[in-house]
Amino acid sequence: MAEVKLFRTWSSPFALRIVWALKLKDVPYDTIFEDLANKSSLLLQFNPVHKKVPVLVHNGKSVAESFVILEYIEETWKHNPLLPEDPYDRATARFWAKFGEEKVLLSIWEAFNSEGKEQEECIVKAKENLKYLEEELKGKKFFGGERIGFADIALGWLADYEGVFEEVASMKLIAEDEFPLLSEWKRTFADAPIIKENWPPRDKLVIKFQAIREASLLKKLGN
Amino acid sequence: MAKSDVKLIGAWPSPFVLRAQIALNLKSVEYEFLEEALGSKSELLLKSNPVHKKMPVLLHHDKPICESLIIVEYIQEVWASSGPSILPSDPYERAIARFWAAYVDEKWFPAMKGILGAQDDEARKAAVAQVAEGLALLEEAFQKISKGKSFFGGDHIGYLDIAFGGFLGWLRVIEGMGGIKLLNETETPGLLKWADDFAAHPAVKDVLPDTEKLAEFSKVVIAKLRAAAAAPAK
Repeated sequence: MAEVKLFRTWSSPFALRIVWALKLKDVPYDTIFEDLANKSSLLLQFNPVHKKVPVLVHNGKSVAESFVILEYIEETWKHNPLLPEDPYDRATARFWAKFGEEKVLLSIWEAFNSEGKEQEECIVKAKENLKYLEEELKGKKFFGGERIGFADIALGWLADYEGVFEEVASMKLIAEDEFPLLSEWKRTFADAPIIKENWPPRDKLVIKFQAIREASLLKKLGN
Repeated sequence: MAKSDVKLIGAWPSPFVLRAQIALNLKSVEYEFLEEALGSKSELLLKSNPVHKKMPVLLHHDKPICESLIIVEYIQEVWASSGPSILPSDPYERAIARFWAAYVDEKWFPAMKGILGAQDDEARKAAVAQVAEGLALLEEAFQKISKGKSFFGGDHIGYLDIAFGGFLGWLRVIEGMGGIKLLNETETPGLLKWADDFAAHPAVKDVLPDTEKLAEFSKVVIAKLRAAAAAPAK
């Protein structure tokens, strides 16, 4: 029987992508929870380059980097495909996943870790990026169309973590009137089977990200 | 396939555009190269890639595909039956290739830019050390992945050769600038030979930019990077 292990933390949104993908494809796996302040020797052995989670270990061979892992899962377990068949549609899904990572996540994270005037400017940038996602959802239930796909999984953190960021950093990014499609997608995705059973406890996330934000702001003051 | 069905928006100095060109060449795809004037962005580019406004953009039957490695995967999928496979067939080997390509883009390339944009000798030395560290990792990866063959892809150029090889011209420019041999017999014997084999490959040799021409062009890039570094953070 094939052996699948996932190294993750309880809070990592990147590892959560892998949880979703494995569960959506009915792949049985074992979970190893890591404490990143005290990384296990196994994690360091399986991801020597980045020393991060998530790491997927399949039959003793390790794969790191969440998008790389998602593609590996897609190619290894073909049940319930996450990517469409058509090459152009596949390229489109990959494009939005990358955009989500490099622009949306980064800009929201910058807004999260700032305050005052700086935060206002970051929010403007973040919203510019979110507008592209809003556009892309026109006529679609999910970024993947009728079913959850690669881009939905890549962007899925928006459906829950982003709300935590808004609360902790006292900012509003995805308002119903400004982003009606994105707001609806958030609800639909968050409540979808499999997805809804796997969100980390929100109150714990709030505490964790509060601490992160405080540390960031303190560091900025020190500069 | 008519030549006009496939167009590539690009510019000769770009390592990212080069990736797309090599992939198209590997698959013997005839295409029209729409060269962007340096310093300005054409209407077609802005229309085809409104999100990033960057090249390369592949236009296939007028539908745009953006982001160099996404373009390479697209080329492999559309022209799968032509030429060698750009990605290995085994999912684990594909994952390794994608992992290192991501490493090149997310860790190694920023260090390379760091050398070009360095404001002083100390910053440059630090950036060079980072690049060298990355090359050591890539050398180790090459030894494992190539299994004694010429390329990361084995006998044929593959995804990781393309991803990393796109930067070969710039790597040579940086070596020339600093009088340093980042690829050398002691530290990176595998990559040293790989570089020559890659540069000589039929899919690469006519599109790899001439090092001298690139060195001349690099002065423009360096000025831009330094100006950006000196400007207050946004």
